[in-house]
Amino acid sequence: MLFTSVNFVLFVAVVLLMYYIVPKKWQWIMLLCANVCFYLQAGIRGAVFMLATIISTYICGRMIAKAGDRQKLAMDKLKDIMSKEQKKAYKAKTKRVQKLWMTGCLLFNFGILAVLKYTNFFIGFTSLKPVDFILPMGISFYTFQSMGYIIDVYRGVAEAEKNIFRFALFVSFFPQLMQGPISRWKDLKETLFCPHTFSWAQFEMGLQRVLWGYFKKMVIADRAAIGLATLTGDFSKYTGAYAFLGMLIYAVELYADFTGGIDITIGVAEMFGIRLPENFRQPFFSKSLAEYWRRWHITLCAWFKDYVFYPISMAKWMNKSSKWLKKHISGALGQRFPIYTATLTVWFVTGFWHGASWNFIVWGLLNGIIMLVSQELEPVYAKVDAKLGLKKRKAYQVFEIVRTTAIVCALQMLDYHANIADAFRQFISMFTTANYGSVFSNGMFHIGLSAADYSVLIIGVFIMYVVSFLGREKPVRERLAQKSFALRFALFLAVFLCIAVFGVYGIGYESSQFIYNQF
Amino acid sequence: MVKKIIRVLAVVLIPIVCLYLLTLLLTPKYVSDIPEGSMVEEYYDSSKNHDVLFLGDCEVYENISTVKMWEEYGITSYIRGSSEQLIWQSYYLLEDTLKYETPKVVVLNVLAMSQAESKSEAYNRMTIDGMRWSMSKLNSIKESMTDEESLLSYIFPLIRYHSRWSELTFEDVRYMFSKPKVTSNGYLMQVGVRPVTTVPKVQPLANYRFSDRNYEYLDKIRTLCESNGIELVLMKAPSIFPHWYDEWDSQIQDYANENNLLYLNMVNSADEIGIDYQTDTFDYGQHLNVDGAEKTAVYLGALLQEEFSLPDHRNDAEVSAEWNELAANYYSEKAAKQEEWNKNSDGGSQ
Repeated sequence: MLFTSVNFVLFVAVVLLMYYIVPKKWQWIMLLCANVCFYLQAGIRGAVFMLATIISTYICGRMIAKAGDRQKLAMDKLKDIMSKEQKKAYKAKTKRVQKLWMTGCLLFNFGILAVLKYTNFFIGFTSLKPVDFILPMGISFYTFQSMGYIIDVYRGVAEAEKNIFRFALFVSFFPQLMQGPISRWKDLKETLFCPHTFSWAQFEMGLQRVLWGYFKKMVIADRAAIGLATLTGDFSKYTGAYAFLGMLIYAVELYADFTGGIDITIGVAEMFGIRLPENFRQPFFSKSLAEYWRRWHITLCAWFKDYVFYPISMAKWMNKSSKWLKKHISGALGQRFPIYTATLTVWFVTGFWHGASWNFIVWGLLNGIIMLVSQELEPVYAKVDAKLGLKKRKAYQVFEIVRTTAIVCALQMLDYHANIADAFRQFISMFTTANYGSVFSNGMFHIGLSAADYSVLIIGVFIMYVVSFLGREKPVRERLAQKSFALRFALFLAVFLCIAVFGVYGIGYESSQFIYNQF
Repeated sequence: MVKKIIRVLAVVLIPIVCLYLLTLLLTPKYVSDIPEGSMVEEYYDSSKNHDVLFLGDCEVYENISTVKMWEEYGITSYIRGSSEQLIWQSYYLLEDTLKYETPKVVVLNVLAMSQAESKSEAYNRMTIDGMRWSMSKLNSIKESMTDEESLLSYIFPLIRYHSRWSELTFEDVRYMFSKPKVTSNGYLMQVGVRPVTTVPKVQPLANYRFSDRNYEYLDKIRTLCESNGIELVLMKAPSIFPHWYDEWDSQIQDYANENNLLYLNMVNSADEIGIDYQTDTFDYGQHLNVDGAEKTAVYLGALLQEEFSLPDHRNDAEVSAEWNELAANYYSEKAAKQEEWNKNSDGGSQ
């Protein structure tokens, strides 16, 4: 069920109505039923995999909790009998048991993800035929969310849920199933299960966000997608300025598509009174790539930081390796080794998570390498800045933003090209093919986008920029909430009518999936 | 409390009004460009006192002059024609028409029997969009929709036409609320001459049998006419393209014989009608120009009057007044179009 389909809008409307009609203690059950319907309509086979994740993670979580409970009971009962060593040994044994359950859970669930998503990637190295697996809806997202839960339970950060149906709701909450955000159990459990009373103000805020999301997706992203589809249809024809245009169009499409989708997700959840974590914070105002990744797809980056980066960089073996390197080779290398290893691992996995292809792996690694190089050059920048005082200057700050945007856009070229060679060829052609004059005066209007479409795109991007700019201090909708009803309604109506008229939908247009749905 | 009610009403009504106005603005007007799209809708503005109703595709609305038939025989007729009108669309248009009037004779052009499926969404739109909402329209939509279409886009035409925002012209604003008539009781006038020069080679078909669905709807049309005391006439209009195969002709003839219906193959009667394909067609034989359409009307009117004893309304003051006004408009349109044709053909020859 596409977010942009009439079915989805009707589905949300019906579920919302039922949600606020049923007694409050049944609200979460109502939501769980809605999730089941939502998931089943996508196919029963996908639902089986999600069920496997829910059951396995729930059981492992309970077993980890039980092991902890047993240890606590034993410690309380036998605290006077047990020696210090015996207590230590008992704790170590408990930890081993818990680790076993967690590891088993991680292997099982990441195993499902790996088999379904990556089998064909590995088959590509052999002479075997590709297999036709159906990728369950949202598998990357719900697997990461569930595995975050089990690690948190193991770490003692989160309590294991006793009710499997409540846990099932956490894993399957339908608005966030398609493209995140990846929530944490400790953040979501309160808001997901507490009773919610209907409030116009809250409903209006949610609806406002949903409309804004639809505007970005249907007016901007789907329009940009038309141009990009032409440009990616024949890379040998569309080189030079076309490659540059494609790069810009994809950046606009991806931003509007993904942030629009998340706006719809968060807005729908808000209408139910449920607060989901934010996934973006004005990413295109970043002055460095590292900052960009702290502002873009925040929940995924935080997941990798907490569950991959820190465990690797702070592992005992890493500490030992670091010490060994410091002692035997170089202090600087020993110091950097844990960060370098963890960073490159995280970015390798991030790339691989985005897609089972070399493009994404190279894209991920390039991100990691650029950030590490940037980190290494930090002292040089500091020296130059100390002499020239560049960082304080507005123009330099703008330069930093433009530079980061350029790097992000260039790296994103790996997303939409069929292979790495094509991506690099197209990138190089931007500097070697002198067709900018003809493309920007004529050619750009022959890729499925008319002058009117470009006008909508440019105005749309400008509006997104203004909203982002104004939202740096305080979200625009919070500012709006303080304005008069008439003004708010007029704005609502304007956005709604813009979607109705300028939206890319209906006959002649293919309803396009959100880009992040495929991840 | 009052303030709250006003607020709720505003929230509900203002968007509806805005969407309605946008729909009016963005829906194609079909006036100077593709007037065929206006024809079905135009019927509702006519006075519903027709003795003869014509149903069918362009072979009907471009080949028969209703005004000429009136002038010669005092027969009141209306053509509910539309581009590529399919047989089930003819049925639902008949059903729709019977809500407003019961003609004495229905003349159905049978070329549509050769069309087994909907050709395109554009043709469906031109036939269906103009119908007033009723079960007939709903069923016509359901039966006609191609895979790419959705019922919702017929209910809310903005879904279909919103992307016209970049092609809006002054005409879209001018005709938002009312449109001028584009036909004379369903007859779409064409002037000028483009004679038949070559007759394309007739390609043999793998299967000549009309589809079961088409027969089913032909039966439905016949039954509906019978139950309303209407005489049904099957007609093949005198257009020489697309080719009307002998195998098709015999199937219709058989059907007419079995059901005791009158079948007029006017392609075969072209000489009797007096059609000269060197002077009476505007598009190389596919459709007739106004001269050809008038000849057909004269021929057909005589035949229908004789066969079904249709009354001559020329002595009825009220009906006459209405038709005389229609005739005046018809002749002024004919003169204007003829002048434009002459101007353009002169320009073309220079």
